[in-house]
Amino acid sequence: MNDFRIPIGEWGEAFVEFITEFFSPVFDVIRAVFGGFYEGVDWVLVTPPFWVIIVLITALGFWARGWLFAVGTAVGLFVIVGVDQWETAMDTLALVLVSALIAIALSIPLGILGARSRTASNIMKPILDFMQTLPAFVYLIPALILFRIGIVPGIVATIIFSMAPGVRLTELGIRGVDKEVVEAGYAFGASPRRILRQIQLPLAAPTIMAGVNQVIMLSLSMVVIAGMVGAGGLGGVIVQALSRIDFGLGLEAGLAVVILAILLDRLTASLGVRRKRRARPSQTSADSVSTDPGSTDSESVDTMPSVGAPAFQGSTHRG
Amino acid sequence: MSESIAVKAHQLYKAFGRRPNEMVRKLASGASRADVANLGTAAVIDASFEVKQGEIFVVMGLSGSGKSTLIRMLNGLLEATSGTVTVGGTQITGIPPKQLREVRRRNVSMVFQHFALLPHRTVLDNAAYGLEVQGFSLDERRERAMAVVERVGLSGWEDKFPSQLSGGMQQRVGLARALASDTDILLMDEAFSALDPLIRREMQEQLVELQAELGKTIIFITHDLNEAMFLGDRIAVMRDGRIVQVGTPDDILTDPANDYVAQFVQDVDRARVLTASGVMEPAKSVVSASAGPRAALRVMRDLQTSAAFVVGNGRKLVGVVRDKDVMRQVKAGERDLTAAVRTEVATVDGDAHLTDLFELSVESELPVAVLDDKQRLLGVIPRVTLLAALGNVSSNTGEVAVVEPPATISMEIITETLRATAGAEDDLVGSSEGGAR
Repeated sequence: MNDFRIPIGEWGEAFVEFITEFFSPVFDVIRAVFGGFYEGVDWVLVTPPFWVIIVLITALGFWARGWLFAVGTAVGLFVIVGVDQWETAMDTLALVLVSALIAIALSIPLGILGARSRTASNIMKPILDFMQTLPAFVYLIPALILFRIGIVPGIVATIIFSMAPGVRLTELGIRGVDKEVVEAGYAFGASPRRILRQIQLPLAAPTIMAGVNQVIMLSLSMVVIAGMVGAGGLGGVIVQALSRIDFGLGLEAGLAVVILAILLDRLTASLGVRRKRRARPSQTSADSVSTDPGSTDSESVDTMPSVGAPAFQGSTHRG
Repeated sequence: MSESIAVKAHQLYKAFGRRPNEMVRKLASGASRADVANLGTAAVIDASFEVKQGEIFVVMGLSGSGKSTLIRMLNGLLEATSGTVTVGGTQITGIPPKQLREVRRRNVSMVFQHFALLPHRTVLDNAAYGLEVQGFSLDERRERAMAVVERVGLSGWEDKFPSQLSGGMQQRVGLARALASDTDILLMDEAFSALDPLIRREMQEQLVELQAELGKTIIFITHDLNEAMFLGDRIAVMRDGRIVQVGTPDDILTDPANDYVAQFVQDVDRARVLTASGVMEPAKSVVSASAGPRAALRVMRDLQTSAAFVVGNGRKLVGVVRDKDVMRQVKAGERDLTAAVRTEVATVDGDAHLTDLFELSVESELPVAVLDDKQRLLGVIPRVTLLAALGNVSSNTGEVAVVEPPATISMEIITETLRATAGAEDDLVGSSEGGAR
């Protein structure tokens, strides 16, 4: 048995060697773009005094979810300042924002493609599985070779790991749009592009937003691994604490990660809901907003105009 | 040709499966739907029909009969496997997508079973959707859509969202959207099936009213025979992918093409479908107003009835005479029949449904007279005929014609009277002077 061996490892090495040799300019460009993007976002977050950022994020929390959440936001952020992790936390936030933004920018078009074409969907499915389940350390190695140590391999690894739910939920959302409504678009002579823009994307928005939320949360879960390749931030602090067996430091940085995670999760989750609420103003019961865009709420109006005859509750039997 | 063809389907086939063309070949050479079931689903088989401009053409069939597939081929939402569809003179099968979109914008709009409204848009913007696709400016399309929204009875609701409306109102929005795009042809796919019965009735009536006003060509899909009979100028009955009969509601009720159609129509509410002119009998007891009382009396005696319809020039109905009155005239030697005419006659229009006849029939002892729009007597409907039409049995017993009301004066007395008063110019058994038919 020892003689027989499938040389997958060798192939992989050869492949990485090959692309390093011939495509290194491409990777240098990617490195410069991602790195520059990160530096920019980080600069915006770190340069102002911490209280300015806290006020801004709290205001965002108030706008998105109300005063209770705003108070929680302010307290959470002050705790981060209190454990002296403000700057590292902002580095991490910049990393998460940049990676998530790039991942979303890639995954939504791929999701649309998957919804349009069965073949594309069938090809993407195993690749997405691969990206999501292959241990992150494995693809960190070529990422390190290609991008060298620093923030960029961290961003790349985060993008690879977090993209899958963005693609999947976009595809699911678009496929889940009421077939008859899409058909109506075609029946009135709309082009596929117009149908995507005016019907499919708006109606799939809640599901797509759930995907965006997942992408952000998965990005945050990668900060420690990004920290190991020199991305710094809270991940770097945690890696440091691990190597020194410094539980106190680890706990403080870990707590900061949890606070950031809760903030980002609640904020992005509320964006999807807000969209829907705005689409149905003056709803008698905002809570009964159903997830199925085609279904009628139970609070249908039960009077008919002009005809005068008493109308019965409009029953829309689906299916 | 005064009436032009709006939509024409010629030998349409639609097969779903791996080898649709092979299925079509087999079906065309006589295979049944079940024979090709191993290859896939034959949704529509050899459908050919023509829809005239301005008519309501109903395609009726149970679920799975292929009617929804058929209607979707008429605007190209589904591509026909074989055969051609012509809309307003343009063949739409096999044309590039861009041209097809143009046809959908200009010529054919559609109303859907579950309304298919955009939930994130207001009633007004939903109604304006077709115009938006056609490229109208915001102001113009809102203005036009507003007029249609008012026309379907939704004024005051234009800023609401679909989820705030009842089912019937949502479908009015669907109808408004189709009407606003101002196409000649309207496809309606089970448009009222998701509504509850009272609203459905109301919508059907409104549709008929709108059609009369706007003169659209409407192709209406339904599984409800009563709806088909109420709306349709002509009806195509589908079964297992094939069209088994095309005809007017009366045709389909009275002359079903096969047992399937016959079985299908046996539950229909005949009173709402059959028209007065469809069931009436020829009026036998009729005299001309210029004929004298003696002729009238003779007609009544020969038919053994106690009343006769009196018609003037061009068979215009004048009224009715009763045997007692005419008898008195004959005895008194009067010559002018019009003096005895009574004008209280129950009359109906030839297009009236039988439901409109019940009350008249109950209140009137005489048969109900059926008139055309120029007040000419087309025929009569005695109570027996009305009952027979409802029960789907023939009222023709063969030997005795149905004549109501029965005679009140015996034949012998009438004959005696006629003989006793006979003048020189009048022969005894002559029938030349009257208008008996």
